[in-house]
Parts: sequence; structure tokens; C-alpha cells
Amino acid sequence: MSDSSTNSVPTTAKVVVLGAGIVGNCVVGHLARLGWKDMVLIDKGPLPNPGGSTGHASNFIFPVDHNKEMALLGEQSANQYRDMDLSVDAGGIEVARTQERMDELQRRMTSAKAWGIEAHLLTPAEVKELVPFINEKVILGGFYCPTVSVVDSLETGTTMRKEAIETAGLQVFANTEVLDVLTDDTPRPNGRRKVTGVVTDKGTIEAEHVVIACGVWSNRIAYMADTYIPLVPAVHQMADVGPMDILAETNNEIGYPIVRDMDTFCYERQSSGSMEVGSYGHRAILHHPDEIPSNQEAALSPTEMPFTPDDFDDQMETAIELMDMLGEAEIKYAINGLLSLTPDGMPCLGEMPDVENLWSAAAVWVKEGPGMGQVVAEWMTYGNPRVIDSHGADIARFYDEEKSDAHIWARAEESFIKTYGIVHPAEQWAGERQLVQSPYRSRQEDLGAEFFQARVWERPQWYGSNADLVERYDLSEREVEWDNRWWSPITVGEHLNLRENCGMIDLSAFQIYELEGPGAVAFADYLAVNKVDVPVGRSVYTPWLTHDGGFHSDLTMMRLGEETVRIVTGVFDGGRDDFWIRKHMPNDGSVTFRNITKEISTLGLWGPNAPAVLGQLTDHDLSQDGSPCGSYLDATIAGVECKLFRISYVGDTGWEIYVPWDRATDVWDAVLEAGKDHGLRITGGGVYSLSGRIEKGYRLVGAELESEYNPVEAGLARPKVKAADFIGKEAYLAAREAGAEVQCVTLSVEDNTDSQGRKRYMQGGNEPILDMNGDRIIDSHGRASRVTTAGYAPSVGKMLLMGYVPNELAEPGTDLQVMYMNELYPCKVVGSGSAFDPEDTRLKG
Amino acid sequence: MKILVCVKRVPAPGAKINVTGDGMDVDSAHLGFTTSPHEECGVEGAIQLKEEHGGEVTVLTLGGGEAEEQLRYAASVGADHGVLVKTDGAPWDPQRTAAAIAEAIGDLETDDPFDLILFGNESADAGGFQVGIRVAHALGRPIVQGIKGIDVGDGSVTARREIDGGFEVYELPRTCVLGVKEGLNLPRYPTMKGRLASKKLEIQTVDGNADAGGMARVRLRRPAEQVSETIILGEGPKAASAVVDVLEELGVL
Amino acid sequence: MLLVILEHDRGELVEAAREALTFGRALAEKMDTDLEAALIGSDHDDLVEAAGAFGAQTVHTCTHDVLSDYGPDAFGAVVAQMIDSLSPDAVLACGSDRGNEVMAQAAARLDVPFVSNCTDATPGDPWSITRVQWGGSLLEDTTLEADVPMLTCGLHTVPAEAGNAQDADAEEFDAELDASHAVTIVKDRVVQEAGVTLPTAPVVVGGGRGVGSENGFAPLEELATLLGGRVGCSRAVTNLGWRPHSDQVGQTGTRIAPEIYIATGISGAIQHWVGAMASKHILAINTDREANMVVKADWAVIADLHEVIPAITEEIKRRRG
Repeated sequence: MSDSSTNSVPTTAKVVVLGAGIVGNCVVGHLARLGWKDMVLIDKGPLPNPGGSTGHASNFIFPVDHNKEMALLGEQSANQYRDMDLSVDAGGIEVARTQERMDELQRRMTSAKAWGIEAHLLTPAEVKELVPFINEKVILGGFYCPTVSVVDSLETGTTMRKEAIETAGLQVFANTEVLDVLTDDTPRPNGRRKVTGVVTDKGTIEAEHVVIACGVWSNRIAYMADTYIPLVPAVHQMADVGPMDILAETNNEIGYPIVRDMDTFCYERQSSGSMEVGSYGHRAILHHPDEIPSNQEAALSPTEMPFTPDDFDDQMETAIELMDMLGEAEIKYAINGLLSLTPDGMPCLGEMPDVENLWSAAAVWVKEGPGMGQVVAEWMTYGNPRVIDSHGADIARFYDEEKSDAHIWARAEESFIKTYGIVHPAEQWAGERQLVQSPYRSRQEDLGAEFFQARVWERPQWYGSNADLVERYDLSEREVEWDNRWWSPITVGEHLNLRENCGMIDLSAFQIYELEGPGAVAFADYLAVNKVDVPVGRSVYTPWLTHDGGFHSDLTMMRLGEETVRIVTGVFDGGRDDFWIRKHMPNDGSVTFRNITKEISTLGLWGPNAPAVLGQLTDHDLSQDGSPCGSYLDATIAGVECKLFRISYVGDTGWEIYVPWDRATDVWDAVLEAGKDHGLRITGGGVYSLSGRIEKGYRLVGAELESEYNPVEAGLARPKVKAADFIGKEAYLAAREAGAEVQCVTLSVEDNTDSQGRKRYMQGGNEPILDMNGDRIIDSHGRASRVTTAGYAPSVGKMLLMGYVPNELAEPGTDLQVMYMNELYPCKVVGSGSAFDPEDTRLKG
Repeated sequence: MKILVCVKRVPAPGAKINVTGDGMDVDSAHLGFTTSPHEECGVEGAIQLKEEHGGEVTVLTLGGGEAEEQLRYAASVGADHGVLVKTDGAPWDPQRTAAAIAEAIGDLETDDPFDLILFGNESADAGGFQVGIRVAHALGRPIVQGIKGIDVGDGSVTARREIDGGFEVYELPRTCVLGVKEGLNLPRYPTMKGRLASKKLEIQTVDGNADAGGMARVRLRRPAEQVSETIILGEGPKAASAVVDVLEELGVL
Repeated sequence: MLLVILEHDRGELVEAAREALTFGRALAEKMDTDLEAALIGSDHDDLVEAAGAFGAQTVHTCTHDVLSDYGPDAFGAVVAQMIDSLSPDAVLACGSDRGNEVMAQAAARLDVPFVSNCTDATPGDPWSITRVQWGGSLLEDTTLEADVPMLTCGLHTVPAEAGNAQDADAEEFDAELDASHAVTIVKDRVVQEAGVTLPTAPVVVGGGRGVGSENGFAPLEELATLLGGRVGCSRAVTNLGWRPHSDQVGQTGTRIAPEIYIATGISGAIQHWVGAMASKHILAINTDREANMVVKADWAVIADLHEVIPAITEEIKRRRG
């Protein structure tokens, strides 16, 4: 029995943080810095090392990542480690064994440039100079980053925790197990419950906020609150081999750069006289949290599980191939180490959508620990993170179909091998498809649809039945395989046909909500920048801001009735928007919220012939008078009651047709039939999401519109600000007052020929926009100009890019450069409006 | 020299060991497996003797297919041959185990007898203290237990056994059996190449044949926990005073 | 009758033998039979008398050239012959190294079952026996079917206690032994250290992986010396090569029984606990309040051993003046 003199936990606290690994420690440290007091930190294991993933982490940070959030948070974290003097710049080299990897290294160089991280491409001989024991004959080159750092995550966590103890009176309880998370389940209009405290084996704490930072155990804790954090504990093998003289002679924990041999899914990192060899190349070995042994039962620690040597043999062979000296070194220590995997590879941060004040700080690796601790702490303090836009890591992003063990396990199995893989920005998942389907599925299959997945929805990106358009418009495949991957010239054909005739697009993945009640309109106005209180039958396209005045959403709101507002938003933002509504809506019963996504399907019909097509199906006046832009009307199409909403996201006139889900195919068939003589083609997402949009310069949430930018900078500020209050109004007014130093513009790539004479096509993966000296363009907030969207514009005949540039570089005609795959291409600023039909004549016709 | 080492696959627990629901075995769900510690030293000892005197080392184990892992581990540190005396993997009583092993060794020796045969003094789990002795008798060879030092001469083997404050010395013919204990040596770890080479080991599998002995397991269970409170004397160097008080009370000061 | 094989050294019964007699006395009562003993390699009156003090009615003594010193074959042969000739109802020895070895030798000769390290035995058809596994971390309940059950009782299962004193008769036993039994006789004995050894030290200061290095043991050495004790260590430490195996406290190392075991930076894996559990008192120094060693200890200091051990040493020196 343990002693009775252990203090029992306090009965109340403002914040209880569960988990004292790198994340939990950094959360309390950052909360303390933000002025929080009355906090409690709990872990079921001992301190300083409670036995979680932090305790056996390899502790190195390779800062270059193609993903913006991961790159910037990694760099942020690396700097926090440096500030605490718990970091050493060891340098790191990603070696390439294949030409494909060499190409990827060019992409790495580009991302390094985008984020301002020093990087160099090395020849095999140059690699060998830095790492003399490498066999340079098996590599083609290397990507060297001198600021790859090795950190002491355990000490960092301890330091942050101690800081919180000293400055904020944090109370810490090790060896204390959480038995339950308490919630107030009283039904409320917003459908959310509320956390009220935690039960531990040393007493119950009533708490206002509870943060789950339990690493691989996070979902088990989430279950206690009847909620779900989509992560699975997964194995990553590592072995310590040595000693080897050449390493011991450095007299240093780490004297040589770390080597990532990604083609063989391995890394080699010196650890004093030994080499730590890690592998991401084995089969996905997943564990249910309940299978993780306790601190008592584990031979080493709960997250250092027994090694399965068979799974490591391939990596052993290839590691010896790269570094011969490893062959004779003894394997002194080897484990199946546990870490967390999520279905989409991004962490789970933020407030639980269904439980108020219950926060998730999970699926974070050492490399982003401090930064993500800060993200969660700021989220709790300001209502949104300030250090970086975190929509990709926001736990609210998940749909219900993603919140199942079966789904996460299947995704983790597919994604694990991609940890060191070369992943195309448009790459689609092979498994776990058709989680949700539109009503048109079988028709789309018959039309040869190429389905892309949008979270849990399936959207045709283009249709094989339109292959004849390739010849009609004399189109061709792209020269370089990478640019051609997950792309087809059919999509260009569909675009041109839409602009010439018309196209019908399946938009069933739209997330549709309805607010109803006496308080609905006022609440809707509180969410939105632009005025929602418009006459019934009208709509407004509006941003929703964070409390700091940055973009949270950008969507359509329709006044359906005196007390009814319909909201339509994109599939990638549905989770976060649903949460945002629930979080802010009043609970006095004046507003009800319904998610009617699966009750209504949407078809888009646009093009010069769209009015003619639709005119055959309804007697309604479809002219600009009868059906003005931004308005909707009720009509019966093929015997089905629909709403016709005059709006276009592709720059040609037309409608979004809202159809009852169970009658959707009737309308589909009717429109296609009516369009036969008007050149109507079924058209895919390639046009809707990209080519149509980019030609018009329409901004998109998650691309141009992020919380780091405000409507003034994005060029979406209207002449007047409505009188009603709304979230972020104060910050928005201040931004209008201050004016913007950057603008969102469209640029055209003047010559996309690379050094080998091949035409290249940017992917929209944060390629850096550079000045004519090839330098990064950074504004006073430290934001670098980068490509937020890239796409070929068929009606313009050029490759177009979108991004933010400083005012002085935003004049139309300004010459700039874009880097793609480590080569520079000349571009010109087109302007902050549309590259195609800038006067919007097609929309007004 | 031809050396045979008999090893047993045992789980590697932490600070707490669990029993399966039916009480018939250790719950090894979370556990890794290893060669029982005395035998690990036996394997290392055999390999050192091979390195010194030339010859080859065979490792033998009785168990289910999963026990091949221990044979391959031995190969990864230098053993030449592996023999699996295959059973259903359930724990066997010591008489049955010894009988099956003795028969298997007898078959292995039809052409070419072993010089030295090593057993662990006792296995980490069952701790029967008798399998090696029974096998030695079945094979008509002398055996001494508790050995922590082996020297091989021309016609004899000198073996050292630790006692309190020193050691006893035994001298046996070269064809003998020794029950060794951990401390015999510090076993080497496998090298990466050793591990890869071990995958090529061709394991000879023979059926384990023997009748059950007189013991039959009813169940395994944990001993009753002696619940007593630990008195915390303090949480830092300041506790030194309280500690010395205790030492004084006990009369060890 | 129940025949107890007695281990002796330099003219005295060892503690193990006294424990065996104590255990045997209770077992003989359960069996409703007489308690008898066997002395192999000696016929000294002192030993016979000592056995009598613990309840043995008859002591069968066996002397022979081949029994001039310990030898497992010879001793085992004698036990086997005694079983054949004297027809005991059961045979018992203490589960010391020699006890288990001799009984196994005899059982192998007779090809009969032998159950080692029992904590409890109940006669019957079959016998019901409880024995230790994992050095004592688990118990095994087993049945035993045998004409003449052969058992050893686990060391320290029962404390030695004299009782039911008898005026024991000594009976000579003639064993048939020859040179073949002499092959495994002890040839030589080497004394390596005088003074306090780990198994007999009154104080043991143990260090685990937390000590950090070979040199890190210096403060532990100092403390142990001050207290007239020895330094012990965990298996992790000997595997790392920081200390010789003879310092290892554990199931496959040495079992200690000091007045106090000061365990520092040791989490307390079960195989280590087995080596330490016979300690009369335990003080644990560890940063982990829930470490197995701390939970099982009588006292604990929750702190870094590197800070605490020097402080203890200082305090001792201060008090001694």
C-alpha cells in the first residue's frame, strides 16, 4: 500500500490537465504564461518520466514539412526548445536512393524556402564528408538541413511544469489515476454537454476546464466523458546498436548529423557511442489502449513494448547497406515504441465539439510539443490559437463516420507506411471509401466518375464519359508524371465546355444547417460579418471571424423565413462550422439548430446555357429580375419541390439547386435530359473547386482564408460595417482602421517551362512567392508570401496562382517569381479581382 | 568440441506478474519472451568455449513453435544448430520434460555424441531444479549444478561452483553435464549481422514424446499481498536525519 | 515415517536443515507418522542430538570414503538406497542448492517424481502441494502421485523452531558406493573473501539503473562500508557491466537477508524482489512513489538517490563524531 501522507487532490480547480508528458507539461507552462491560475496536473505514472511516448522519444526535429501547420509549429517548437537551452543543432540529412526521392528532395528544398529554413542539396560525396561512415555508393544525394535539432523533451517538460508551479501555483499529482471524467448531461439546445470535473483515485476535483493530454491513452480518457478522440496507439520500432568507436570518439551525445533514409523507411541517429536505428517500414502494428500494460506490468515502460525482431529485419539489412559499421554492432536495446496515429495524420487539438470546456491536446509528437501546448493554451484563453492557424489540427474537423475504431485502425494501417513516404498533395486514400455517398452514386459510376474523397464524402473530380472533350478542345496530358498524377485533361475539357455551354455539378457534400426560432436571425447576425437580417428570399455570402478578427469560415447564409436561416458551407469545413454554431448559440431556447445535410442534396448548374436548360423545367422567370443574384426561389422541377439559389462559384451564370435527398435522382435525370441539346455535360470538382474558382479569384477557407488573415487583407471587406454586433467585430474594425499591408492577389505564371524544357504545373502546396532576387517576401507580421491556390486556368490559357503580397508588390503587372520543385518561374500580378471576365458580365447576363 | 545447450523460453515480466483467467498459466499478453537467464549464460559459455577450442554449438529447446525464437536468438550470438523438441506449448512437468529431452538427445547422438551438455540450474518460471539432473542420468553422464566457471582441458572439465565466501572446484570427464548459473559470464548481445544470419538457421524439429509424470498443476496464483504502509521519511536530502534515526533504532549504526 | 535429509557443514546442522526439521515435524504430524532424519557423510553425536532437539526420533547416519566431502552423485545415491531400504512414507529436504540437487539426484536414480520448494504439503491420494514459481512471486498448487513423495521445502518458508525434543537414536546405514560415485566429489575449495559477504551482510545498500554509471556506485560503497555492510545491485546493473554478477541481488543472483536493505534507484522488478524479500527491513530511495520497491518497503525517501545518499553518509559521520 502506498503511504497515507500523500496529499489528496483539491476539491476544485479552474483547470485540470491530464497527462504529464511533453504536451501536458507544455500546456500548463503556456497557460501559466497566459496568466491562468488554480491549475492541477495529473498523471498516473511517476515523475519525471511517467512512461508515455515522451519517455522513449527519439527527440529530433526535422523542421521542413510540406504541411504549413506542421512546419511552422515544428519550427516554433524547435525555437522554444532552443530558448530553454535544451536543444542542440545536430543537423540532419535526408538521403535519396531513388530518382523519385531525388525529385522529392527538390520539393523539400521548396518547402524549406517557403518556411525560411536553411537547406542544401548535397552530392553523395558531400554527404560522406558530413557522415564519413555512410556508404555513399547507395545514395544519389542528400537534403541537408543544418538546423535539425536534438532536444531533451523530458527536461523541457519538467522545466515547463516547474515554471507553472513557481509562477502560477500549479499543483502536481503523479501516480494518480483518473477514473472518470464528469459531465453535466442536461440536454441543451446546442446539443453539447459540459465538463464538470474528474474523479481520481485520490479524490474528485470539480473543474471548469479539463484538458486531455494523455498521449496514447487519450481516447480511453475521452470514453470516460462519452466522447471520442480519433487516435490509435501504433508501434514504431527502434533499436540501439553499439558501441562504435567513431561515434564514441565524438565525446558527444550527438556529434554527427542525423540521417533519414526515407526510401527504406529508416533513420539513424547517434546516441553517444551507439546508433539509434528507427523504422517506419514495418507492418502497421496497432494496439487498443486497453492492451497497454500498466507501469507495474511493463518490463520497461508502458509505451516501450516488447520488440518483435521479425518486423525489423528488412530495415536492419538496408541500414547495414547504408552504414556498414552497424553490421558488427551489438543490438543492446530494442523496442516496439508506442506513438499516436490519427486518421488523417494531423493532431487532435481544441475544444471537444460535444463537450464544453473539455479540451483535446493529443496525437502530438515531441517535435511539435511546445508549439501545440501553446496552441491549446491560446485556444483556451482567446477562443482561437494565435501562434498559427490550426484548422488542420482542430479536433472539430471530424465527422461522425470518422469517429470509430474501425475507421481509425484502417486509416492508420494505410497511412503508417506513408510516414516516410512520398505523398502527392492530391493523393487519395485507397481504403475506407464510400463512407457517405451522394444519391447520384450509381449514375456517377455509370458515367465513369473519378471519385475523390472529401473527408467522408465522395465527389467526382471528373467524369470518364467526358473523355471526348479532350479531343474536342485539343487537350493533352501533362509532361511530367508528378504534375499529371491525380489529374486529367478531361477536367480542362469539362471547364471549357461549361464556359461554352453549361455543366451540372454534384454538390451533395455541402453541409447544410438550419437555425430556427425567435433568436435565429439575431444569432446568425452575431456569427457573420455581413448582414444576415435581409428580406426573406435573399442571402448573404459572408465570412465568420474568430474573436481576433481572422477567418474562421466563409459561407452562404439564406433568409428562409422570418425566423429561419439556412447556412451552406463546404465539406472540408463542416465539422468546424457545426461546432462554431453550437459553441456560440444561445441556450435559452430562442434558437434551435438542425444539421439537414443528409436531407438536402445540391446540384450546381452553370454556364451560358444554364438559364435555357433550367427554363425547360420550370415556368419561373429566370432572368436577373425574376431570379436575381443572391436570391433564391421555390420551384418545382420534375415534380420535385426545389429551391433555386442564384449564386455561382465558377464565374458563369447559374444556380445551386437544393433538392430533397430522396427525390434527388429525379431532378438529376430531368436536368441532364433538358440539357441534351444545350451541350450540358456532367462536370466534376476539378472545375468547381479549382479551375472555375481560380479564374475568378474566389477565395477559399483553408487556402486564402485562414485565421491569420482578415477580410481587409483578403479583399472581402464591404464598404460598410453593419451595426449589429458579431464575433470579431472589434478586431475587424481595428483592421479596417489600420488598413492592410498585404493583399490577396491572383498571379499568372508567365513561363512554366523548367530547366529541362518541360512544362510544369504548380500544385498549390505553399510554393514560395519570391521577389526578383529570389528572396522570400515577408510582411511585418512575419507572414511569408506563398501560393495558397494554384491551378491551370483553361479560359485564360495560363497557370494561375493566388497568394498574399505586400501592397507595394500588388500592382497588376508586377513581376515576381514562384519556386516549384526548386526551380524559379516568372510570374506577374494579375490583380486582386478576377483574371477571367473581370467585370462579371457572365454573371450579370 | 560438440557442445549442447538446453534452453527454455520464458516470459520477461516487469514489477507485477499476472495469471490467466483460468489460473493455468502466466498472462503473457503484454510480455516479451526471452531465454531463461541461467541458460542465456549457458549459451554464451558454450560459444566462448567454441571460440577457444573450436567445434560447434547446438541449442535445444522443448516447447511450441514460438520457442523457435529462442533458438534463433542463440544463433544470432553464435550457435550453429537449433533443435526444437515440439510440444503443444503447454507447461510440462519436469519428469515429462526431461524424458522427452533425453530421448531427443539420444536420437541426436546416434552418430556423434556431444562432449559437454549445459543446462540452466533451474528455469526462471517453474524452478524445478531437476530437469538437467534427470537428463544427465538418462544419458549416463555425471552432472554438477550451480556452475559459474568452466575450463575445458584435454580429458576433463574443471567446473567452479560458488559458495558463501568462495567456490568449490569439481573435475569431471569431458563428456559431462553441467547445470550453470547466471554469473558464468556476461552474455553478448546479437549484432545486426548475427540477427540476420540467424534467420537462415535451419531448425531441426522432432516430436516431444513422453508420458506425464507425477505432478499435475491445479492452478497458479499470486501469494497474498502483505499490505503494509510505507512510512515516508521525507522527500529530499533533509530526510537523512530521519533515515539515520531508523538505522540507529535497528542497531546497525 | 517421514525421512528428512539433513544438510550439515563443519560439524553443525545448517539453518536449512533446522528449517527442514521444523517443516517435517508438522508434516509428520499431518501424516500421523514418525519423524526420522538422515545424516550423510557424518555420524557425529552433536548432529544427532541437534536433530533430536527438533523432533527426530531416529537419525540414520551414513559414512564412507566416498562421502568424505560433498558430491551430488554419492549423496544422491545414498538417499536413493535409503528409500529402497528404509521405505519411508515420504522424503523431505530443505530447498537449498544442495538440498534440491541431492533430492533431484535421488529422484532421477529412482525415476520418481520430486517436487521442489514447497510451501505447503498435505498427504492424501494424491498429495496436495503448494510450491513457489518465479522464485516466490507466484504460487503453484499441484497434486502429486507418487509411491514415496520426495519434496524440498522452500528456504525460509518456516522459521527454524526446535520442538517435540527426542532422545534420538543413531542408526548406521550401509551404503553401496564405489569410484563411479566419486566422479562428482568436490575436488577443492577456494576461499576468496573473509569478512562480510552479500548473503550474510547485516546491511546491504543496493543500486539500480538509476545510479547512472559504474562510478556512480562510489557513494553507495562509502555508505555500505560505514554501516559494515555490502553493496548489492539489480540485474540491469550487472547486464550493463557496471558491477560483477556476485553483487546482484535477485532470483538468479544472490538472495539477501540483512537487517536492513537500502534499495536506491531500484524499481523492484519481481526477479529483484525475490532476491530482496527475505530482508528484515527495507528502506527505499526513489523518485517514484509508486515503484514496486517503494510500495513494499517499510520506509521510503522520495528523492534522487544522488542527493540523499551523501546526505545520509554525512549525517552518520556527524553523529559518530
